[in-house]
Amino acid sequence: MRIAITSTGPDTDSQVDLRFGRAAYFVVVDTDTGLSTSHSNTQNLNAAQGAGLQAAKKVADLGVEAIITGNIGPKAFSALAAANIKSYLGATGTVSETLKLFNAGSLQETTTPNVAGHWT
Amino acid sequence: MKVAIASGKGGTGKTTIATSLSHLAANLNHRTVYADCDVEEPNGHLFLKPDIRDTRSAGVLVPVVNEDACIHCGLCGDVCLYNAIVTLGGRVLVYPDLCHNCGGCALLCPVGVICETSHEIGTIDRGKSGTLQYIAGRLNVGQISCTPLIRAVKQDIPKADLVIIDAPPGTACPLIETLHDCDLALLVTEPTPFGLHDLKRAVQVARTLDLPVAVIINRADIGNGDVRDYCASESIRIIAEIPNDRRVAEAYSQAKLITSAIDEYTPLFTGMLADIIEYGKCTN
Repeated sequence: MRIAITSTGPDTDSQVDLRFGRAAYFVVVDTDTGLSTSHSNTQNLNAAQGAGLQAAKKVADLGVEAIITGNIGPKAFSALAAANIKSYLGATGTVSETLKLFNAGSLQETTTPNVAGHWT
Repeated sequence: MKVAIASGKGGTGKTTIATSLSHLAANLNHRTVYADCDVEEPNGHLFLKPDIRDTRSAGVLVPVVNEDACIHCGLCGDVCLYNAIVTLGGRVLVYPDLCHNCGGCALLCPVGVICETSHEIGTIDRGKSGTLQYIAGRLNVGQISCTPLIRAVKQDIPKADLVIIDAPPGTACPLIETLHDCDLALLVTEPTPFGLHDLKRAVQVARTLDLPVAVIINRADIGNGDVRDYCASESIRIIAEIPNDRRVAEAYSQAKLITSAIDEYTPLFTGMLADIIEYGKCTN
C-alpha cells in the first residue's frame, strides 16, 4: 500500500507536518517494501487559495491509496474522497514514528474533515 | 456626480455621514441615490428605512462540466489560477467559492464540455426613502468575494444628479471596485494614529485611481493634530469636522439620522453637500 505522510522535511526522520494542503513535503512510503520517496509541496505551500485541492491532486497523481496528516479541511477531504484516497489523522513525531503507528493499526481512518478551511 | 464615502478604517462614520447627506440632498430637491456598496454588512437601510420595491438575485458565472463527455485532460485545472477546478480520480471537481469567474476553463476546454452557469452570491434591493432613491447589495452568508456584487450594484444605480455611495471599509479590492468611476472620494477619518494610518492608505488607493480626495474628520476633538498636519502636507482639503458628541452616538444607536435627530447639525451637513456639489462642477 502506498501512503503519503505530510512532513516538514524530505526524509523519514523529519517531523511530520500537521497541515495537509500547506505541508512542506509529502513522504510517500510503500508499506510492503518500506521504500520511501520525498515530494516537495512548495508550490501549494505558497498558493493564494485552494492549496488543499492541489495537494489532493498531487498525492492522487503520486498514486497513493491513503494519506496521514494532522488535520484535514473540508475541500481537501472532498477531493481526496473523490480520488478514493483514505485519510488518516493522528500524525505525530517523525515520519517514521507515524509510520509505525500506522503499521500497528493505531491510526483511525477519518470519514469527515476535522477542521474548517484555512486552518493554520 | 458620483461620490464615494470611504475610510480605510472601519467605524469612522461612513454610513452615519452618507445616510444623513443623502437624506438632506433629497430634501433639498437634488435627484439623489444612496447606494450601499458595503455589501458584507449593509446597514444604511437601518437609518433611511426605505420602502423596498424590488429585490433581485445577483450572481457570477461558474463552470459546469459535462463529465460524461470529459476526457480528463486536466487543462481546465492547469489554467485556473485559483484552484477552483481540479481533475482527479477520473472526476472533475468544481469549487464555486474559489472561482474568480474568468471563464478560462470553458474557453480553453479542447472538447467543449464546460459551460458556465449563474451562481447566486447575493441580492440587490431597490426602493425609496421619501424622494431619495435607495439601492443596496447584500452578500450571501459564506460567500468569499464581494467585488462582483459591488460591480452589479453599481451597474443598477438609477440615473440621478447625485449618487452617494457608502463604501466598504478597508483598502483592498472591494474599495477599489467601489471607487472605480467615481468623481470624488470623500474619506471619513478620526484624528487618531489608527485613523491616520488607514487614511494614508485610502488616499493612496484613491490617488492611484486618479480620484480627487477630500476628508471629513469625525470625533474631531479627540486624538491629536497629526491628521490635520498630514492633510495640509498633502494638500488635501478637510471639508468638515464633526465633534465627538454624545447626542450623535445616541441618535446612531436609535437608528436616527443625525440631521433629523439634532437640528443644529443641518448647517454642517448642508455645507458639506455644497462642497461636494462644487467638486462635481470642477470635474465635469
